[in-house]
Amino acid sequence: MMIENKLALLSIPLLPLAGAILAGFIAPILGKSEGKPGRAFAHSVTILGVLGAFIVSCLVFQDVLAGKTFNGSVYTWMVSGGIKLEVGFLVDSLTAMMMLVVTFVSLMVHIYTIGYMAEDEGYTRFFAYISLFTFAMLMLVMSNNFMQLFFGWEAVGLVSYLLIGFWYTRPTAIYANLKAFLVNRVGDFGFLLGIGLVFAYFGTLDYATAFTRAPEFKDAIIELIPGWQWSLITVTCICLFIGAMGKSAQFPLHVWLPDSMEGPTPISALIHAATMVTAGIFMVARMSPLFEMSETALSFVLIIGAITAFFMALIAIVQYDIKRVVAYSTLSQLGYMTMALGAGAYSAGVFHLMTHAFFKAVLFLGAGSVIIAMHHEQDMRKMGGLRKYLPITYFTMLIGALANAGFPPFAGFFSKDTIIDAIHLSHTPGHSIAYIAALLGVFIGALYSFRLVFFAFHGEERFGRDHHHADGTHDTHDHHHGLAAGEKPHETPWVVTLPLILLAIPSVAIGGWLIEPMLYGGYFDGAIQVSETMRELKEEFPGVGAMMLHALQTLPFWFAVAGAATAWYCYIIKPELPGKIRTMFALPVKILQEKYYFDRFNDWFFASGARKLGAALWKFGDVTIIDGFFVNGTARVIGWSSGVLRKVQTGYLHTYAFTMIIGVFGLLTILFFKLRSF
Amino acid sequence: MHSSSYILSLTIWVPILAGVLVLFMRGDAQKATARLIALVGSIMGLLVALLLWIGFDNASATMQFSESIPWITRFNIHYALGVDGISMLFVILNSFTTVIVVIAGWQVITEKVSQYLAAFLIMSGLVNGVFAATDAILFYLFFEAMLIPMFLIIGVWGGPNRVYAAVKFFLYTLLGSLLMLAAFIYLYNVTNGSFSIDDYRHVPLSLTVQTVLFFAFFASFAVKVPMWPVHTWLPDAHVEAPTGGSVVLAAITLKIGAYGFLRFNLPIAPDASFALSGFMITLSLIAIIYIGFVALAQSDMKKLVAYSSISHMGFVTLGFFLFNSLGVASVQGIEGGLVQMVSHGFISAAMFLCIGVLYDRVHSREISSYGGVINTMPKFAFFAVLFAMANVGLPGTSGFVGEFIIILGAMKVNFWIAFGAAITLILGAAYTLWMTKRVIFGDIANDDVKALTDINGREILILAILAVMVLAMGLYPMPFTEVMHESVNALIKHVAVGKLN
Repeated sequence: MMIENKLALLSIPLLPLAGAILAGFIAPILGKSEGKPGRAFAHSVTILGVLGAFIVSCLVFQDVLAGKTFNGSVYTWMVSGGIKLEVGFLVDSLTAMMMLVVTFVSLMVHIYTIGYMAEDEGYTRFFAYISLFTFAMLMLVMSNNFMQLFFGWEAVGLVSYLLIGFWYTRPTAIYANLKAFLVNRVGDFGFLLGIGLVFAYFGTLDYATAFTRAPEFKDAIIELIPGWQWSLITVTCICLFIGAMGKSAQFPLHVWLPDSMEGPTPISALIHAATMVTAGIFMVARMSPLFEMSETALSFVLIIGAITAFFMALIAIVQYDIKRVVAYSTLSQLGYMTMALGAGAYSAGVFHLMTHAFFKAVLFLGAGSVIIAMHHEQDMRKMGGLRKYLPITYFTMLIGALANAGFPPFAGFFSKDTIIDAIHLSHTPGHSIAYIAALLGVFIGALYSFRLVFFAFHGEERFGRDHHHADGTHDTHDHHHGLAAGEKPHETPWVVTLPLILLAIPSVAIGGWLIEPMLYGGYFDGAIQVSETMRELKEEFPGVGAMMLHALQTLPFWFAVAGAATAWYCYIIKPELPGKIRTMFALPVKILQEKYYFDRFNDWFFASGARKLGAALWKFGDVTIIDGFFVNGTARVIGWSSGVLRKVQTGYLHTYAFTMIIGVFGLLTILFFKLRSF
Repeated sequence: MHSSSYILSLTIWVPILAGVLVLFMRGDAQKATARLIALVGSIMGLLVALLLWIGFDNASATMQFSESIPWITRFNIHYALGVDGISMLFVILNSFTTVIVVIAGWQVITEKVSQYLAAFLIMSGLVNGVFAATDAILFYLFFEAMLIPMFLIIGVWGGPNRVYAAVKFFLYTLLGSLLMLAAFIYLYNVTNGSFSIDDYRHVPLSLTVQTVLFFAFFASFAVKVPMWPVHTWLPDAHVEAPTGGSVVLAAITLKIGAYGFLRFNLPIAPDASFALSGFMITLSLIAIIYIGFVALAQSDMKKLVAYSSISHMGFVTLGFFLFNSLGVASVQGIEGGLVQMVSHGFISAAMFLCIGVLYDRVHSREISSYGGVINTMPKFAFFAVLFAMANVGLPGTSGFVGEFIIILGAMKVNFWIAFGAAITLILGAAYTLWMTKRVIFGDIANDDVKALTDINGREILILAILAVMVLAMGLYPMPFTEVMHESVNALIKHVAVGKLN
């Protein structure tokens, strides 16, 4: 049994780590510029590492399917006050699924990167980073305790920081990575408090032990503010969820994700769509035994998810940068997953996590393929008609868009429809508002998905006209990008298109194939709490075929059709219409373009406010009061009164020093003689 | 078992003798010899100190490697040494830091080389004496004598405003310690003529007396830590001190203040410590939050890291004074505090060395003098970002361990204490990474940065050693905490029983 072999389990995160270390430290010695052996070495070792991790994950998955799980420690990190903090693995159905998704998408992105980063100076460094990320993400999902979860949590944050700022000479990139790290830290602040509460009350950081002890605290109360009582579980869950809001970019901590597009496209696919940003969803699903005990916390989760799903989708409609459209779409889809959690349909959320990982990776990598073909042009206004030149990219992206919009039989349909049904059935307070948000979100989701497809791939060819930039949003470190006049784009090399195809296949098929076993076949039993909502969903589930047929008579389907039709009308039939709408609704469009003014507010209030507060505390507290008044004031008083004694002073500092020491000993001696006379 | 051990004496006198020997090396001709003797002396000091760890009995809470020779019999003063799980690690940390500092000054210091190296070696021996002394007067002697080499290091090899900084440092710390001396003399009196620190632990004292003694010790140690509001000497001292001085100051001397709280305040005045824990926690949280904001406003890298040190040391004092409602101190708090002290020794040393690397090349500590250093110094940038992340407390680095454990311990006491302490997660990241962004990342900002040469083998060596320590302690802190369990448990038990009955 692979799963009982600790060494095999260890190899899953450690192989990518070894790849990262080799690519990071050995490849530069072999030479990292174009044509040098260091490059081939870097991509070979990292791909082998991730491939190894993927294969072992598959073997472990087989054991999980056979009903086996693993929960054990690898080593004791430290013991404090009798409480053991360990590094260990929990491999059950949830972990195994995450391991497969992470290693598979990572493998695809590794291969894709060979093509995407071919001309980049930082080729070897990039491979080291993405392999390091794979290690961190696997540590996160495989953890059997809160401490290691936090390790993985922050480690993926570190790699995200390094990758967003990959092109470190660009001011926008190093602004974005600092912002991403700090916003995530705000989430981690809440997360750490949640972990602290678990430790303080349950007396353990081990998942299994914590979940067994939790029911004893079901009615426990803590008084955070005197006279205001809160349920312990609710506070703990909300604190933990704040961590998820940071990592999974939920409102109002979503602001870092769009800016993270400053990083190279492969990592947008891997980190900022398929895996890292879903860590929050994974975490809440993992903690489902706790969340299931607090309706208030679930309601909070549901509302945050609804706000994110709806409002972020709206922004996607006004974006011109192809990557940013996909980024806002990711935010919205994460909102759907969060809503699923809030509705108590944890496994539906995780299911959407999985399908989304594939189709969003397709969309991002497809966008990247377009960007390469367009010589690092990201503005969709400079595209159009690309379908002819990039058939594979077009076709795979179309699949991604169909899945994203939730059309049957594509993967996204099954997961998204289940979520919408779950919200409808849920008893979590606020579910009716969330239901409306989810429905409208479907319309907007189809609209922005097909706007992207029609705008970039259909219609008139707008490329190769000039080199002027309207927005300054671009994905390269040099300033020569876009096609020259008359130049036509070409389909990208096989290392780019192969991952697209391999990811497009699950984007089509995996939803219908897996919905029944995963959601209703008891796959997640024992790993994720089965809630009332899931039980009701199971009763109503008519089977895959019937579910698709039934969908044709339901609102979500027609909302999606309406969204796609609107996009078709606006961008194919009447391409001049969007411009007119923009001028007609100038104010709402402006608000959307300004992303509801969150960035401006945060810059003004938090960033600049904190700096000003720091400067004020320093100038007033330290310099004026403590130093100015007390320290130097005392010195001045002494200096003035000792003016008479000036003659004694030599002016040599070491004389003072030694005099003081001698004086101290003199004092000591006198005191001794006094004491002796007692 | 270790009754006839001389290891502790060796940890003190080997570096001091090496230092004296180095002093005899005069002139340019003997610079190389001076460096060599200093290196050998410091490494020998470290090897001797490591013997402590090897021979240490984790299961014992009592003083180990004890030595005691009557010294001034008239006043019952002994040359008495010993280490327990609380002090042992710091003797090693100090000896380790001395090696780093000697290597760090290898090419950089060209003026008065032998005196410079001698000052550090002698300092190292004296500091080991502080951690090893079990006699109050011996402790006091080492505690005060230690000021002299540091005073000289800042005053002679320091920056333009070194005189102000040196005097401020000297007076600040000296004034506090006078009250400690008075406390010792009082305790000498009530114990019927003993200067043994262990006797002070056991002598019954009323709450009033304990409170007075607490503040006497507080005056001395709070300045050293330094705690808010007696911290303003530290940024000035750091700014003026040469790189080696800053490293020792941050990595070692600050630890002495925190160590004093554990060795004197808690065991000698346990009931007062409990009664005043709210006061100590408040000052610590101010240090963490207020100083975090102040650090954000700094434009001088050394000042920024100095303020960051104060903020991180706030965690240590916070951890030490976390009591539950029954007067039992938090294991996580004290152990976390000790871990944080060791970790901060590595990280602050590394941060100041990194600033030193830049200063040696550009001769500016201003953040605005840099930008895009990564373009010309990629190897350096790797280390700088690694240590920045450690300073931010990223899991997997040593910076995480102490803060994490202390926040867990704080949560057991009160949600809001943990809340306040956890703000460092955001503030620490903000000031550290913002500095990193402005100094390391970006396009090449000016000709100075363009002309930079990457770190050489010697610089890589010291930064790599520190990097290994930072990662090792972050990934596997158990060996560091194992040694302290028994001593910390005994201390907690002692404090919980109190002295009033």
